[in-house]
Amino acid sequence: MSDLKITPLTELHRGLGAKMVPFAGYLMPVQYPMGIMKEHLHTRQKAGLFDVSHMGQVILRGDSYSAVAEAFERLIPMDVLGLPEGRQRYGVFTNDAGGIEDDLMFANRGDHLFVVVNAACKDADIARIKAALEPAITVEQVVDRALIALQGPRAEAALEALVPGVAAMRFMDVATFSYNGAELWISRSGYTGEDGYEISIPEAVTASFASALLEHPEVEPIGLGARDSLRLEGGLCLYGHDIDADTRPLEAALGWAIQKVRRPGGAREGGFPGAAKVFADLNGAAPRKRVGLRPDGRAPMREGVELFASAEGGAPIGRITSGGFGPTVGGPVAMGYVNRDYATPYTQIFGELRGKRMPVTIATLPFVAANFKR
Amino acid sequence: MKYTEEHEWLLVDGDIVTVGITAHAAEQLGDVVFVELPEVGGEVTKDDEIVVIESVKAASDILAPLDGEVVEVNDAIVDEPSKVNDDPEGEAWFFKLKVADMSPMDDYMDEAGYKSFIG
Repeated sequence: MSDLKITPLTELHRGLGAKMVPFAGYLMPVQYPMGIMKEHLHTRQKAGLFDVSHMGQVILRGDSYSAVAEAFERLIPMDVLGLPEGRQRYGVFTNDAGGIEDDLMFANRGDHLFVVVNAACKDADIARIKAALEPAITVEQVVDRALIALQGPRAEAALEALVPGVAAMRFMDVATFSYNGAELWISRSGYTGEDGYEISIPEAVTASFASALLEHPEVEPIGLGARDSLRLEGGLCLYGHDIDADTRPLEAALGWAIQKVRRPGGAREGGFPGAAKVFADLNGAAPRKRVGLRPDGRAPMREGVELFASAEGGAPIGRITSGGFGPTVGGPVAMGYVNRDYATPYTQIFGELRGKRMPVTIATLPFVAANFKR
Repeated sequence: MKYTEEHEWLLVDGDIVTVGITAHAAEQLGDVVFVELPEVGGEVTKDDEIVVIESVKAASDILAPLDGEVVEVNDAIVDEPSKVNDDPEGEAWFFKLKVADMSPMDDYMDEAGYKSFIG
C-alpha cells in the first residue's frame, strides 16, 4: 500500500472511521461507518461531502481563450469556442477509431481553459494534450490543489454559509471565490444527479475547509461506494466500464454532448480524432446503444452479465457495464449496451444470472430524476 | 455454537442444524439487499452453494456446511434483507438442515477458535 498516493484529506477520512481502499493509484475512502446505503440516501436527502482529489486538474493557456479553445477542439467533438466565460461543459476525448479515450469537464475561466479528467486516465490525457497542442498552448497539471464535491439538495445552504455567493450560481456555472484567503475554483456540477458543487481548493486549506463543511448538521462524508450507486441511478457513465476506447459517443448515448457546430454541416464540423467514425453513427445508425436496465426481480445484475433476447437460446444481444442496487430506486438498476433493435424503452429482454435467464426491462435514464438548479 | 471458515454459524438442536452468517461476515458484506434461499425439502451436499447473498457492494454465497435436508428457511430475510445486518446471529438465520451424520461438526471452530480466526 506504500506506493499509493494520498490526498490532503486522508487523515480526516481515517479519523472519521472510513474504510480505505486502493483506487486509481490512490488510497481512497470507499465508505464510512454510516454505510453505503445510508450515505447514498443522505446525499439524495441532505448533503454529502466527497473527496475527489484523485481526479486530474489541468490548465490550458494560449494567446487567448479563443486560441486555446480552437486548439482543444482538435481533441474533442465539443463546442469549446462557443462556451461562454464562467461556464462548464461535459466532453469526451476521442481516438482515431472514434472511441472514447476519457470523459472530462471543461470550463471557460476567462483567460484559460480548466479541465478535470479521470484519475486513471490523467497521465495519458495530459500526454495526449501536450503532444497535440504544445508549444502553442501551455499545459499545466495542477498539483497543489485538492478537489472536493458537495452534493445534494442541502449543498447550496451548507456551502453558502462558508462561501457567500455560491447560491447564485446556476448548473454548470464556474466561478472563483475565496475562503480564509485561499482561492476556490467552484463549479455547480457533480456526479450524483443532485444539485451540488465541485470545489478546487489549495491543498493547505483543504482539511480545515472540509472539517468546516462537516460541522454543518446536514453534511456527512460519503465514500466511493455511494458515489458509484448515486451516479448509476443518475445514468452517468463510469469511464472504463460504461465507456472506453472501443465505445463511440453515439453508441454511448452521448450525442447530446456533441453540439451542432461540430456536426456535419456545422461551422466547425469534425476536425477531432475519428470524426468520420463518430458521424457514421448519427441518425440512429450506431449498431448498439447504451441503455438503462431494470431487472424485474430483486436480484442485482452487475457488470459482465450477458443479455439475451429470449428466455432460452440465442446469442447474447448485449452486456451489462454497470449494475447494482439503487438505494433510492429501492431495487436493482443497471446500464449496459444492447443491439439497437432492442434499445427501445420498455422492451423486455433477459439477463443471465448464475445460469438462469431473468427478465430485464429496458429503461429510460436517469433512474432518479436530476435535481439540478438550471 | 460452531463456526465455519466461510463465516457461517451453526446451532445444533437434536438432528436439526440452524445456519446463519456471523456478525463479522454481515459487517464485511455491508448492506444486504437480496437473499435467495434453497427450497424446503431439498437434499443438499456439504459445500453446495445453496444461498445467494447480495450486498450493495458484491454478491457472495453460503455453502451447505453438512449433508442434509432443508427443513425450514427464513422467508423474513428474503422479504427484508436488511435484517441480516440488523441481527445476523439471531432473528436473521438463513435455513435449517436435518442432518443424519453430525460428525463433520467436530471439524468446525468453537467461538474462541472463530474469534482468533477473524483476528
